[in-house]
Formats: sequence, C-alpha cells, structure tokens
Amino acid sequence: MSIAIYILVMAGVTYIIRMVPFAFFRKKINSVFLKSLLYYVPYAVLSAMTIPAIFYSTGNIYTAIAGTVVALILAYFDLPLIVVALSASAAAFIIGIVFGIVPL
Amino acid sequence: MKKRSEFLNGAVSGIPIALGYLSVSFGFGIMAVSAGLTLFEAFMISLTNLTSAGQAQGVLVIASGGTLIEMALVQLVINIRYSLMALSLSQKLDKSFTFPHRLLAAYGITDEIFAVCSTKEGTLSPSYMYGVITVSTAGWVLGTFLGGAAGELLPKAISSALGIVLYGMFIAIIIPPAGKHKNILFVVAAAAAMSTAVHYLLPSVSGGFSVILCGIAASVLGALIFPQKDEEAEK
Repeated sequence: MSIAIYILVMAGVTYIIRMVPFAFFRKKINSVFLKSLLYYVPYAVLSAMTIPAIFYSTGNIYTAIAGTVVALILAYFDLPLIVVALSASAAAFIIGIVFGIVPL
Repeated sequence: MKKRSEFLNGAVSGIPIALGYLSVSFGFGIMAVSAGLTLFEAFMISLTNLTSAGQAQGVLVIASGGTLIEMALVQLVINIRYSLMALSLSQKLDKSFTFPHRLLAAYGITDEIFAVCSTKEGTLSPSYMYGVITVSTAGWVLGTFLGGAAGELLPKAISSALGIVLYGMFIAIIIPPAGKHKNILFVVAAAAAMSTAVHYLLPSVSGGFSVILCGIAASVLGALIFPQKDEEAEK
C-alpha cells in the first residue's frame, strides 16, 4: 500500500480529532463516566505503548533495560521531559559501549 | 512603550517547546527512517501530524503493513486526548477567534501547546496561538529532518540508543502523576500489565490494536473504579 495514503489517513484522523471539538463543540460533557474515561485515556495509552515496546527500542534488551530504569528513576523525581528522555538514551549508549554489546 | 505583538508573544512562549520537540523529533526521524520510510515521508508525517505518540505508533503500523482501518483506529485512540484539550481551549478563545481561525489553529493542539495556551492569562487570540504553533512546529519538523538525515551517518551505538528517546519521554509524562495519584498509578499499571500479556500471550495481535485494546480497557477500569469529580479532572 502506498505510504502516502497511510500518511493521509494518519493526518486526517488526527486533524479531525482536534478540529471538531475546537470548531463546533459548545456544550459541556456532564457524564462522570465519560469525563473519567477521557481523563484516563492518555495515561493508559502511553503506558500500553511504552511497555513492553521500550525493551525492544534499542535493538538490545540490556541497553534498553538500563535506559528504562534510568528514565523511571529520573521521572519519579519529576525531572523535565527532555532530561529524562535524553538520560535514558545516554544510559543505553553507555551500557552498550561499556559492555561491548553494541560496536561503536 | 511599544507593546509586543500577540504573535511575537506566542512565538517566545513556543521557544522552550521547540527545543524539547527538536530532540524528541530527532529520535522520531531516526526511528522512521530505520523503519524503512524515506526522509521526505518522515518529514511529511511530522508536518501533517504534529504529535509524538501517534506518529511513533503510526510508523510501526506502516512498517508492519497494517491496514488503514488499524491506522485510523490507532490514531483515534492515541490522539483522542486532543479532543478534550480542544474542548477545554475552546472555552478560552476571544472574539476574534472566528470559525476559519478555529479550523486553522486546531492543527496545532498538542500536549505542550495546550499546556502553554491554557495557562496563559486572559483570553486566547488567533495570533498568539499561531505564534506558539509556528515556532513549535518548526522545531518538530527540523528535528525530524535532522534525525532522519543524520540517522544513517551516526554510529550504530548512538542511533540505536536514540531509539529509546520517545519512550523515555512517555515515561516522563506518566510517572510523576502516577506517583502522586493512586488512581492514575492503577490505570498505568493495568495498561502495562495488559499490554505485556497481549504481547507475549497473543503475539498475533498487532502492536497498534494492542495499544487500542489495552488503552481502552485500562481507562474503562479506571473510570469504573475511580470516577473523577470535576475538580480532579481539571488537573
């Protein structure tokens, strides 16, 4: 299948999700269940996306585990997103080099 | 004293967002190109989507030859949070925010841009939002381009280590609130457990559908067990 069509579908769906409530919606959502559901969705989705995929993100499970542990610790201490993200990557890099898992 | 234009104010607010985006989209560029996309395709995805999680999962759907239905559902579930943000922002728009402006500015509703725009004092003008969006988007597409272009030149040890950048950012988003609120911790843990179970026990379920199923199931569980009152949902 043409990649352009994939991109069109991706972009179209993502735009409609943003545009419809922004341009048209005027009422407030009152259902507690719906509000709760919408509130939890980002956390659930990001978690499901991250685990277990993060363990395969570097091509080596040990460097990935090192990166994950570092990310978890730094995130727990509420460091900025970019610090957490790059430190995870640095940890994976260092473990890969030190243990000779990934050739430089 | 000359007052800075609203656009410029927005652009200045967008600078930290752009810097953050630059490094994360660098990782996305590497990921997309190593998944088999061309540099131009990676660039176009970033320009037309402007979202990290949706793009990352979208590239995986493309790489695994998923169906267009899967692609649409994946984007819907991962990005549905933008509807909530759009809804919230729509209450804050000033009178000059006409329908065409709303159609245009809707393109730029991301987690970070929402955070900046929704915490701005007073009402929100189209110019201000365009300022934030322009600078942020520039960082996002530039990073994608650089990552996609440099990915092949970088030593394997560096490019493979950068594959974890996006996931590191996701962890940085979900862990702090999960540490403070047991309901979020529950939802995060449930989603992770389900996703792991699907991955190892039902390997025929694709990554995209697994994210949809586990994401919705964990959210429904959370909504049933820990319903959110108005004030809490604002956080």
